[in-house]
Amino acid sequence: MANRWKNTLKERDVTPESAYLNRRQLIAGAAAAGAFGSIAQGAKAEELKPNKWDDITGYCNYYEFGTQKTDPAKYAHALTIKPWTVKIDGMVDKPGDYTFEDIMAKMTVEERIYRFRCVEKWAMVVPWNGFELADLLQLAGVQSNAKYVAFETVLRPEEMPGVHTNVLDWPYVEGLRMDEAMHPLTIMATGIYGKDIPKQNGAPLRLVVPWKFGFKSIKSIVRITATEHEPPTSWSKAYGRAYGFYSNVNPERNFPWSQESEKLLGSGLFARPQPTRLFNGYDEVASLYAGMDLQKYY
Amino acid sequence: MLTWVNDMLRRIPAWVLYPGLALPGVVYFYWGVTNQLGADPVERLEHQYGEWALQLMIAVLAITPLRRFVGLNLLKFRRAVGLMSFFYVVLHLMVWVVLDKWLNWAGIWEDIVKRPFITVGMLAFLLLLPLAVTSNNQALRKLGGAAWRKLHLLTYPAAITGAVHYLLIVKSWPPEPMIYLAIVTGLVAMRVLWTRMPRRANRPGAAAQNQS
Repeated sequence: MANRWKNTLKERDVTPESAYLNRRQLIAGAAAAGAFGSIAQGAKAEELKPNKWDDITGYCNYYEFGTQKTDPAKYAHALTIKPWTVKIDGMVDKPGDYTFEDIMAKMTVEERIYRFRCVEKWAMVVPWNGFELADLLQLAGVQSNAKYVAFETVLRPEEMPGVHTNVLDWPYVEGLRMDEAMHPLTIMATGIYGKDIPKQNGAPLRLVVPWKFGFKSIKSIVRITATEHEPPTSWSKAYGRAYGFYSNVNPERNFPWSQESEKLLGSGLFARPQPTRLFNGYDEVASLYAGMDLQKYY
Repeated sequence: MLTWVNDMLRRIPAWVLYPGLALPGVVYFYWGVTNQLGADPVERLEHQYGEWALQLMIAVLAITPLRRFVGLNLLKFRRAVGLMSFFYVVLHLMVWVVLDKWLNWAGIWEDIVKRPFITVGMLAFLLLLPLAVTSNNQALRKLGGAAWRKLHLLTYPAAITGAVHYLLIVKSWPPEPMIYLAIVTGLVAMRVLWTRMPRRANRPGAAAQNQS
């Protein structure tokens, strides 16, 4: 079951970059049609102009390949992504090694144009292609008492120059609460602009959680574990006071720096910073955190 | 060979360093304006200016050891290199204040007070300010050599503060800022040790001159 959420057209075919730039008029029309469920409120009617391919694929944080923004594009070519298997284990009915091809055969890939907000205060708009994580979890038969999902990035020192320095505790790990993982906004991305996702962006499949800071959207996933306990996450292990388990985009967040504004990449040297929006503007997730103190659970 | 190099250096006037070292900064700014600095030109500009400031600071600190241990005499260039380091500190600060913070003074003040890496960065700037202001012959005369030299010992804490500022900015522990901090600390330590040791031990062949 896919297509539960839309923020723009649902073109599943390869869409050339130039075509994206002419679509903004259509988005307003789609919103006016109002043919979407209640969760489809929020960001969908807005003008979202995707960033250029070169910016999306040339400006990356993927520390396994180096800490400079340009390092992943330089070094990620060494990563072997065929064959690729994802181990799905923990509290699931059908644990096992799922090949990438097996997964793709069963999933519905659709296009999601999302805002992407880094904790470093920059933002992009990315036209992802991918499927809802909920579908994959259901495929594996996630059990009802599982409360969290843990993710792990591939660790191959011979292919990843960045892991020879202990910038982080490798392998990179992330996690979501089950309701966050099952939310229709949460996807596993396998493409950008209708092309296979480049290695520097997390090939062959990565998580995208658009209302959380970018580091939650873990790349090149080899393991998914359904669990009862909140799993450790790389950045909270490295600097827990700054980067918590939830890491929702929040303008009130003030440590280690103020998150009140953000800079949309690709808008030039003289672009004025824009105000940050709670949950990165994806208001439909607010109910997941009803009654929670977001300063405490950051 | 060394004599030849020193002779050649003597013929180069120090003033050429001002336009020479300013040029990369101007070119970089031009690239920023013409959208050739990638997705985030503000960050690139800010970081590049900061890094050049730190590199020139290291160059300043290296001049005395180079003369003492290698015999290379670059002393006459020291003021120009130091002032150009400060030039890039100012550019770095201006990119932050104008292009990054958009003259949001309340936000700027909050950053200075609340964010350690910015507090430390501003401290480095304040330490450098009296040095830049007194880097001219008039100030040297007015202060007198001894007081002037004493004031300019601020170079050492300023350099360390600058390197710490870089280290605090980054999200984790990548190698570059640690390398810078190690070099700066090494140069400062060298200077401290050298001042403490009996002078003759430090300059082979120059012992006789130093005995007075």
